[in-house]
Amino acid sequence: MRVLIPSALRSYTERAETEASGATLAALLADLERQYAGIRFRIIDEQDRIRRHIRIFVNGEQARDLAQPLAAADEVVIVQALSGG
Amino acid sequence: MATARARKRKTGAASGRSPRTMVLVATRKGAWIFHADAARRAWRADGPHFLGHDVSHLVLDPRDGRTLLAAAKTGHLGPTVFRSTDLGRTWKEAAKPPAFAKAPEGEAGRAVDHTFWLAPGRAEDKDLWYAGTSPQGLFRSLDGGVTWEPYSIINDDPQFREWMGTVQDGTPDGPKLHSIIVDPRDGDHMYIGMSGGGVHETTDGGRTWRTLIKGLDVVEGFGFDPAKPTFHDPHCIRLCATNPDRLYQQNHCGIYRLDRPSDTWTRIGRAMPKTVGDIGFPLVVHPRNDDVAWVFPMDGTQVWPRTSPGGRPAAYGTRNGGRTWQRLDTGLPKSQGWWTVKRQSMAADACDSVALYVGNTQGELWMGRDEGRRWSCIARHLPEIYAVETAQFSLRR
Repeated sequence: MRVLIPSALRSYTERAETEASGATLAALLADLERQYAGIRFRIIDEQDRIRRHIRIFVNGEQARDLAQPLAAADEVVIVQALSGG
Repeated sequence: MATARARKRKTGAASGRSPRTMVLVATRKGAWIFHADAARRAWRADGPHFLGHDVSHLVLDPRDGRTLLAAAKTGHLGPTVFRSTDLGRTWKEAAKPPAFAKAPEGEAGRAVDHTFWLAPGRAEDKDLWYAGTSPQGLFRSLDGGVTWEPYSIINDDPQFREWMGTVQDGTPDGPKLHSIIVDPRDGDHMYIGMSGGGVHETTDGGRTWRTLIKGLDVVEGFGFDPAKPTFHDPHCIRLCATNPDRLYQQNHCGIYRLDRPSDTWTRIGRAMPKTVGDIGFPLVVHPRNDDVAWVFPMDGTQVWPRTSPGGRPAAYGTRNGGRTWQRLDTGLPKSQGWWTVKRQSMAADACDSVALYVGNTQGELWMGRDEGRRWSCIARHLPEIYAVETAQFSLRR
């Protein structure tokens, strides 16, 4: 599925948009990690929590749980959010 | 077989090329490397590296003279460690940055917010590094900083967790494990500082720890028990390179010295001028003389401004183990200089005539030539400076 990447993470992907697959958000992030080593830990902490200033949207709705199911046609948007000056 | 060129690289000093000094500056918005000429009069700025990243510490591996580790994070992303094996020309992210163990199902685990302190192992322990984090944790790398694992019992021990407290019990941007010191004679003998949580020592490679807080004062007037590590806040601890039985400490409550095997700290800051006091963040020791140390006092009165007392920044140095102190402010602002110098932001080089280096939160980097007797500014207008380290190297770039 299509995954939009924020500028802060493009040092890993070298592009604003990439393709990844997975039946859940956790699986999708694992696939991103396989493609771009190190990217997952910058988004998700060691307790599997989405980091404080990262938001993930699936088809425009905010995802809060890594167990959220995904379908092949979904669009996932990773956003860097409001971390101050 | 080493080529002639490689041999020359490794023996720059012996071949007549005097080692050059680098000052490694970590800031709230990136890192810089300042390269000195042979006289340390002209400086070339190399940076920014990681522009926009919070860089807590930038350290050169003294064992190979070319590997740099940088503890970094950005406002949005999780923490990581960057590694360069060519003095900062190229960087690669650690494959496995410091991270706490995953908590059992149903329990709230901790997550590293930032790696705060990086410390190389002993000269003979090639590729061994330690890291201290916020929230407080101790980590180790055996491969030069590529992968990191939790180290020792500290991170999950209930007693240590109690002493560490929560995010509300530490410094404004989180409690920190710092001052990771390895005894150069024995790699199993280490000291750590915890803000808050006291000073601790292991002699068995981290399997067990002993608290070292005797003699340290706690904040007065609240009935705090000085026997409890929770109430102790060591800001910076240093071991003397030429006498590993001597440590100095700048604490939230004074300046101290400890001569082992004693386990009782002596408050040597009592000899500081009363108008200045003995509160501050950094402390630096002379690379070759264990009677010589320097501090950079801050105002710890009333609401704790944490700025230079009276708006007049100065280093203070002792040449007799803390019996007396001398003010060292020639060249520094004489008034309206409201500096804050953080605990990692003061360093000494190891040249024949030792120079001190101080970075302040206004983004200025200063050099105190002749052991702090003559100060001059190396750089202004940098971001808020978090850490300053020095390194000597003789490699060709």
